[in-house]
Amino acid sequence: MTQPVLEVENLATHFFTRDGVVKAVDGVSFKVGAGEVLGIVGESGSGKSVTGFSIMGLIDPPGRVVSGSIRLAGEEIVARDDEAMRKVRGKHLAMIFQDPMMTLNPVLRIDTQMIEAVLAHDKVSEQAARERCIEALSMVGIPSPAERLVAYPHQFSGGMRQRVAIATALLHRPKLIIADEPTTALDVTIQSQILAEVQKLCAETGTAMVWITHDLSVVAGLADRIAVMYAGRIVEEGNVSQVLDVPRHPYTRGLIGSVPSANPLGARLKQIPGSTPSLGRLPKGCSFEPRCASASEACRAAKPDATDYPDGSRVACFNPYSLARAS
Amino acid sequence: MSDVVATPRAKGEFARFVDRFLEDRVAVFGLGLITLIVLLAVFAPLIAPQNPYDLAKVDIMDSRQPPGSKSMDGFTMWLGSDGVGRDLWSGILYGLRISLMVGLLSGLIAATIGLCIGLIAAYFGGRIENVIMRIVDLQLSLPSVLVALILVALLGKGVDKIIIALIVVQWAYYARTVRGSALVERRKEYVEAARSLGLSHTRTMLKHILPNCLAPVIVIATVQTAHAISLEATLSFLGVGLPQTEPSLGVLISNGFQYMLSGKYWISFFPGVALLLTIVGINLVGDRLRDVLNPRLEK
Repeated sequence: MTQPVLEVENLATHFFTRDGVVKAVDGVSFKVGAGEVLGIVGESGSGKSVTGFSIMGLIDPPGRVVSGSIRLAGEEIVARDDEAMRKVRGKHLAMIFQDPMMTLNPVLRIDTQMIEAVLAHDKVSEQAARERCIEALSMVGIPSPAERLVAYPHQFSGGMRQRVAIATALLHRPKLIIADEPTTALDVTIQSQILAEVQKLCAETGTAMVWITHDLSVVAGLADRIAVMYAGRIVEEGNVSQVLDVPRHPYTRGLIGSVPSANPLGARLKQIPGSTPSLGRLPKGCSFEPRCASASEACRAAKPDATDYPDGSRVACFNPYSLARAS
Repeated sequence: MSDVVATPRAKGEFARFVDRFLEDRVAVFGLGLITLIVLLAVFAPLIAPQNPYDLAKVDIMDSRQPPGSKSMDGFTMWLGSDGVGRDLWSGILYGLRISLMVGLLSGLIAATIGLCIGLIAAYFGGRIENVIMRIVDLQLSLPSVLVALILVALLGKGVDKIIIALIVVQWAYYARTVRGSALVERRKEYVEAARSLGLSHTRTMLKHILPNCLAPVIVIATVQTAHAISLEATLSFLGVGLPQTEPSLGVLISNGFQYMLSGKYWISFFPGVALLLTIVGINLVGDRLRDVLNPRLEK
């Protein structure tokens, strides 16, 4: 069995605020293999983005990774100091952000920003760096890349800017790219173009990807595996078809049920009752228990551990739906 | 820029900036005024009929002559002469050199120091920021004339000491301004993106945050330069500034003050007008820069 690109084990990232400890990520484990796309889905505030930032080592105070391990190609990166981590960031680990309008520095030309990214890790001439940037831009489907390279960010449309951001992330052929809702700010046609582009690039370069989103339809088309997060924990993980077709966790079912297209036209949209609990004051038992239709006494008493299923899924629930019930 | 690739849009931006600046006639007047004053100061040795530093050229018989009188050397002293017989027009030209030099040099160094400190405060935050900003607050709570007076009293006379005193008085303004805008920039995603590319803190600060904070700094710089020039004049007027051998505008004004009551107004008056015009010119340009560089005031 080949070694996974990324192994996250029992990761916990807490924020020590004045109002107490906010457990944004609390015991998250998953693996991503080479060329694999893992989709992390969940509501706002479920800890998806914090998980991504924890992997990048970009958690700012008052937040801190309190425990757990993150291994990139077998190497532990959690305890690394800032300088050592800086050498990994951008080189082996890259990130694509949500809002392409904000991720490029408005006062610097594209070439300045991209060449800088190349030179941060490789000692090459500026000319060589420029050629690599042009190559990366053409890889993500930007027409006449040499001309576009000397433009300013405001001369690009949103979709084009996101392509530039992806090209920048690809400059060093990283082992892993973390994409934090990169298509949320784009319109649907551009979104599907970018998704197709990314899928192709991952397959070509063998880059693993963690795709953070709240859009189930995006994950359905893009990801190989999917992890559903709720209140800082992964409640269900498995192959995309497995999780989306026969969800075992009540929360996953609720999420899928909330997608408008699944409902008959004109019918009242389904929603999960209640709202996400405050991460500073989670219940003692299962975090989802107050909103769960199949909650029992056991759910109130303790947090459920993840159980492995023979089909490769992992579900953290005392009363999971059986495959028969889910139809 | 090292590369020669044409960037038509970038030039367009700058041309637009120039156009917008020139829309305001008052600002154009201010800019013209400053340009004229700077040219006069730079070419003072060529323009001035007399070198006021050269004691051999200065004749005591010329002292306190009213404007328009002939000097012993035969040239007309259009602005009169001072108590030791120096031609005032020449004195003002040479005085402008010193005043402008002191103002610009202290402003430049103070800006550099203030920018670095303000950036560090905004970027790292937490305790570093608290310590730096409390020092800034302390500094700004004291009147600048008082601080400068104490410093000059401690350091002694001389151009270099005046410049040091002016730097100490000014850096906090720059630090506070830069911190304010850097705090906003710091939270923007492109900073996170720059860090996620593996750029060092220094590079992120200087290359990504700083250029985005420069607009307010340019405005502050013009106002502060004018402030430094007038502060230097104040110190010199009070007698703790520049020595008589290096007469700035303030020294000239101070020299003439004792003759004011005897009706020999010109010895203080003309250097005063020169100082006034310089500061008004700089402030007019600064006001316009503020309007043009502020995106919120855009029509």
